Amino acid sequence: MVEALLSALANLATLQHLLHLVLGVLLGLAVGAFPGLGGIAGLSIMMPFLYGMDTVSALATLVGLVAVIPTSDTFTSVLMGIPGSSASQATVLDGFPLSQKGEASRALAAAFSASLMGGIVGAIILTLFVQIARPLILTFGSAELFMLALLGLSMVGVLSGASLIKGLAACGLGLMVGSIGGAPATGEFRMTLGIDYLYDGLPLVIVGIGLFAFPEITDLLRKNQAIARGGLIKGKWFQGVRDVFQNWFLCLRCASIGTLIGAIPGLGGTVVDWIAYGHVVQTAKDKTQFGKGDIRGVLAPESANNAKEGGGLVPTLLFGIPGSGAMAVFLGGMVLLGIEAGPAMVSSGLDLTYTIIWSLALANVIGAGSCMFLARPISRLTAIPFNLLAPFMIMVVSFAAFQATRQFMDLVALIGIGMLGVALKRFGWSRPAFLIGFVLASQAESYLNLAVQFYGWNMLTRPGVVIILSITIASVWFSSRSNKDSKNTEIQSENAPHTAQAKIKLPQILFLTGLLAFLIYSIWSSLQLSPLGRMFPLGIGFGTVCLCFYLLMMLQVGPETNAANYDLEYSTASKTNEKHTALWRNAIWFAVLIGITALVGFQLGVLFFFIVFLKLKALQNWHITIMLSVAALLLISFLTNFLLVELPAGLLSFYIDLPWLLGQLQ
Amino acid sequence: MKNFNRRSFLTSVSAGLGILRFGLAKGKTPDFSGQIVELIIPFKEGGGSDTWGRFNAPFFSRYLPGQPTVVVRNVPGGNSIAGSNRFAARARPNGLQVLGTSASTQFPYLLEDPRVNYEYRDWRVLMASGAGGVAYISSDLGVKNVSELGAVQDKQLLYGSQGPTSLDLVPVLGFKLLGLNVRPIFGMSGRGAGRLAFERGEINIDYQTTTAYLRNVVPLINQGEAVPLFSWGTLDESGQLVRDPTFPALPHFAEAYELLHGEKPSGPGWESWFSFFTAGFPAMKLLVAPKDTPDEVVNAYQNAVISMKQDPEYIARKPAALGTYEQVTGEAAQRLYELATDVPQQARSWVRTWLRDEFQVKIEV
Repeated sequence: MVEALLSALANLATLQHLLHLVLGVLLGLAVGAFPGLGGIAGLSIMMPFLYGMDTVSALATLVGLVAVIPTSDTFTSVLMGIPGSSASQATVLDGFPLSQKGEASRALAAAFSASLMGGIVGAIILTLFVQIARPLILTFGSAELFMLALLGLSMVGVLSGASLIKGLAACGLGLMVGSIGGAPATGEFRMTLGIDYLYDGLPLVIVGIGLFAFPEITDLLRKNQAIARGGLIKGKWFQGVRDVFQNWFLCLRCASIGTLIGAIPGLGGTVVDWIAYGHVVQTAKDKTQFGKGDIRGVLAPESANNAKEGGGLVPTLLFGIPGSGAMAVFLGGMVLLGIEAGPAMVSSGLDLTYTIIWSLALANVIGAGSCMFLARPISRLTAIPFNLLAPFMIMVVSFAAFQATRQFMDLVALIGIGMLGVALKRFGWSRPAFLIGFVLASQAESYLNLAVQFYGWNMLTRPGVVIILSITIASVWFSSRSNKDSKNTEIQSENAPHTAQAKIKLPQILFLTGLLAFLIYSIWSSLQLSPLGRMFPLGIGFGTVCLCFYLLMMLQVGPETNAANYDLEYSTASKTNEKHTALWRNAIWFAVLIGITALVGFQLGVLFFFIVFLKLKALQNWHITIMLSVAALLLISFLTNFLLVELPAGLLSFYIDLPWLLGQLQ
Repeated sequence: MKNFNRRSFLTSVSAGLGILRFGLAKGKTPDFSGQIVELIIPFKEGGGSDTWGRFNAPFFSRYLPGQPTVVVRNVPGGNSIAGSNRFAARARPNGLQVLGTSASTQFPYLLEDPRVNYEYRDWRVLMASGAGGVAYISSDLGVKNVSELGAVQDKQLLYGSQGPTSLDLVPVLGFKLLGLNVRPIFGMSGRGAGRLAFERGEINIDYQTTTAYLRNVVPLINQGEAVPLFSWGTLDESGQLVRDPTFPALPHFAEAYELLHGEKPSGPGWESWFSFFTAGFPAMKLLVAPKDTPDEVVNAYQNAVISMKQDPEYIARKPAALGTYEQVTGEAAQRLYELATDVPQQARSWVRTWLRDEFQVKIEV
C-alpha cells in the first residue's frame, strides 16, 4: 500500500499531470458555474481532445473536470438561489437568505472552504478505506439500501417546519411525483397522461430549479430590489473562512457522511446534501436561524458534496458501477481511455487508484482556492437592481432546464413545477420535504421491490438492516424531542404560522383539492399495472390521500390557529392584499421567454425577451436595453457555436436555416 | 395519446402554402465540411450505448468526406423509445442526423409496444455491431460445468433482471428452455447491478456481456466464487449459431441445450428465443439513417466505417473500449439488420403470450 501511495504521489507531482489537472479544473469550474451544464457537457467538450492525449494526461483532465463541478455550482445556488446541479440544492436553503442579508461573500467563502476541507477529508478516508471497501460494500444488500433510503426520508421530520402532517404530505407528494414514468421493476409506464416526455419522469434539475429558483425569482420581480436587500455588508469574506474553523467538527462529520454515502453504490450522490443538511439541523442546539441564513446550513451540504465525489469513486473504480451522473461520465471516459474498472483496481492497479483519489483532492484544492478569490467580486452581483438581473436569471434558468433532456417539454415542465413551487411556498408546504421524497422515490421503490422479492419479512433479521433502522429511529426520536424542547421556535423558513394564518381559506382549499385530484388519478393509473409495478405508488398514494384529507378537514373545521392553515398571501400579518395577483403575473415572464422561444428559437427568443422585459418591466432606456440584450445574445451564441451546446429550436428554424451566430443545432 | 408530430404537420402545411424550404443538401457526392453531424443516442450519458457512440464519433469525424464535427447527442427517455420516436418524426435524410440504437430499442418494436412510433424497416443501416455474453452460476451450488446443471433442476435459482420486456428476456427464456427453475427478480437498474447482487449472494445465476465478463467475472471465477456455464454463441456467415470466438472452450446455448436434453433444440419456444437472441446480441447496436437518405450518403458512411477499421488508433483502442466484436457495414450489416428486424409474427406473439402468462405483463396500454 505504501509503495502504491508513493508511486501515486510521484505520478501526481509531475508537471504534465499538474498542468492537465489544472486544465480540467478550469473547464470544470467554467461549465459547473453555468447551471445545467455540469459534468456531462464538460465531457462532451473535452471528448474530441481526449484522443490526442496520453492516458495519464487525459485521466488528470477528466478527474479535474469531475472534481470541481460541485464546487462552482455553488455560485448560482448562493447568489441567485438557482441550484445548478443536484449537489447544491440544500445549499440554496441557507445560502440564498445569506445573500439577501448582504452576506454573499461570507456564504461563498464558507462554502468554498468547506468544499476544500470536504475534498481533502474525503481523500484521506478513501486512502485508508479503499482496500477494505470491496467486502464492506458487499454487505450492503437491497434490504440495507432500502433502509438507507428510509433514513434519508426520515430527514423530512426535521425539515417539515411547523406542521409535521404537512411535511409528511409534501414528502408523500414528492414520492408520487417521483414515481411518474417507468416502474423500476417492470418498466411499465404509469401516471404519464400519455405524454412521451414523462416516460422517464421529471428531471431532477428541473424540479430543483422549479421548486427553489422559480418562486424566488417571481417573488423578487414584484419587490424589485437587489437580491441583497440592504446592500452588501463589507468585510464578511474572512468571517466565512473563520466559520469553517469554528465549525470544523461539523464539516468533518458531514465530509465523512458524504464519503460513505457516496461510496455505497445504488443510493447515489443525489441525497447526500440533504442528509448532511438534515444532520446539521438535527444536531444543532439553536435551530431558529435555519432557512433564514444560518451559515451551518451552507457548511454542511458543501463539505459533504465534494467528499461525495471521492466516495463515488469507490463503486466506480472497484465495481465498474457509477454512483452518480458525473461518475457515469467519468467511467465512460475511463472506458474510452482503455482503463478497466474492476477488482484489479485495488491490487495491481492500486497506484492508479491512489493517483485518481489524490488528483481529486488536489483538484478540489485548486478549484475551491480559485473560487475563494472570485467569491468577493462575484458576490457584487447581488447588489444589482433586480430588474436588470432578472432577465439574465430567467434566461439562465430556462437554459438550465432545457439541458436536462434537451426537449422543448423541459421548458413547459419548468413552468409547471415552478407554479407548484410557488404554491408550496405560499401555503407553507415544505419544499425540502417534497424534494427529498422526489429524489428518493425511485431508490426507495426499487430497493423495496428487490428486498421484498429477496427476503420478505426476513429482511428485518439482517444485522445491517437492524443497525440502520435503529439509527433512523434514534434520529427521529432525538429530533422530535429537541423539537419539543424548543416548542415555539420554527426550524424552517417555510412555516411561520403566527404570521401567516389566513382568514380566507379558499385558495388553500382549492390547492388541496387539486393535489387530491392528482393523487386519485395516480392511484387510478397505478391500478392498471402488474402487482410489482403498482405496490409502491398505491401505498404512498393512499397514505398521502389520507394526510391531505386530514389537512382539508382541519382547514374546514379546525381553529384558525391550526398549523394546517397557512397562506402567505392572505395572512393576517401581510400588509397589502394586492400582492397575490402580482405573484401570478410575474410568473408570466417565464412564459413570455418560452413562448417567444417556441416561435423563433432560443437565441432570437432571448433577444426579443430582453428587449420586451427591459422596456416594459424594467423601464430602461434604449441604450441599456440594446446593450444588455446583445450581451445576452452573444453569451448564448457563444455557448451554442463554440461549445456546441444545444438550444431550444423554434418554429422559425423549420422554415429557414438561420445564419451563423443565430444558427441552431437541430 | 397519439404523438403530435410537429414536423410532418409543418411540412404538409408549408407544402400547402407553397413555402420554400431551404437547407436540404442535394449534392451528388456529399461533402460535410464545416458541418455538424449529430450522432443521436437515445440513452443517458455514461452507459454502454453512449460509450459506443462516443468511441465511434471521432473516427466518423476523421473519415466522413469533409471531416465534419461529429457530436454525440443523448436523447434519453422511455428506455430509448422517446429518442427513437423523435428521430423517426424529425430527422432529415441528409446524413447530418444518424441514430444509434440498441437491443432495448429493438425489443419494444418487436413486441409491438404501442408507444413505438418508429419503423425499423424504414431506416437505412449504416453500421452494425454485436455483443456476446456468458452465463455463470454461483460455486455454492456445487455445479462444475453446464452438463452438471441437471443436479440443480429442482432447486429454485434467482436471476437479477432489468424487467420482463428488457434484453433480459433472452436469458430468462433461455434458462426456462434449459429446464432450469430460475426465478427472475425484477428491478435491477442494469447488468452491473445484477452482478453486484451476485457478488452479494442475493442471486446465484447471472450473465454478463463479454467486456464486463472478462473484467469483473473472470476474477470471481479465479477466486472460486463463480462457475462459467455457457456463452450465448454467435452467428456464422450462414446465420447458424456457433461458439463465440472469444470463448472457444465454452459451449454455446444450443450445445448446452443438447447436453441437458439429449436432443437439438426445436419448437416455437426455441424459435422465439433464437429470433430475440439475434436481435439482442449479434445485432445489438445499429447505426441507422432516415429512410430517404440518398445512396451517396449511405456509401459515404460505409466507406468511413471501412477506413476507420484500418486506423491504427482504432485498432489499438477498440478492444478495451468496445470489446472484441467487429463493427460491420455494407452487406454484412444489412444481413444482421434483417435478421434482427424480420422476426416472424409467430415468435413475436409466442413471446407476448409467455410474458403475459408468466409475468402478467400486458404490452397493450
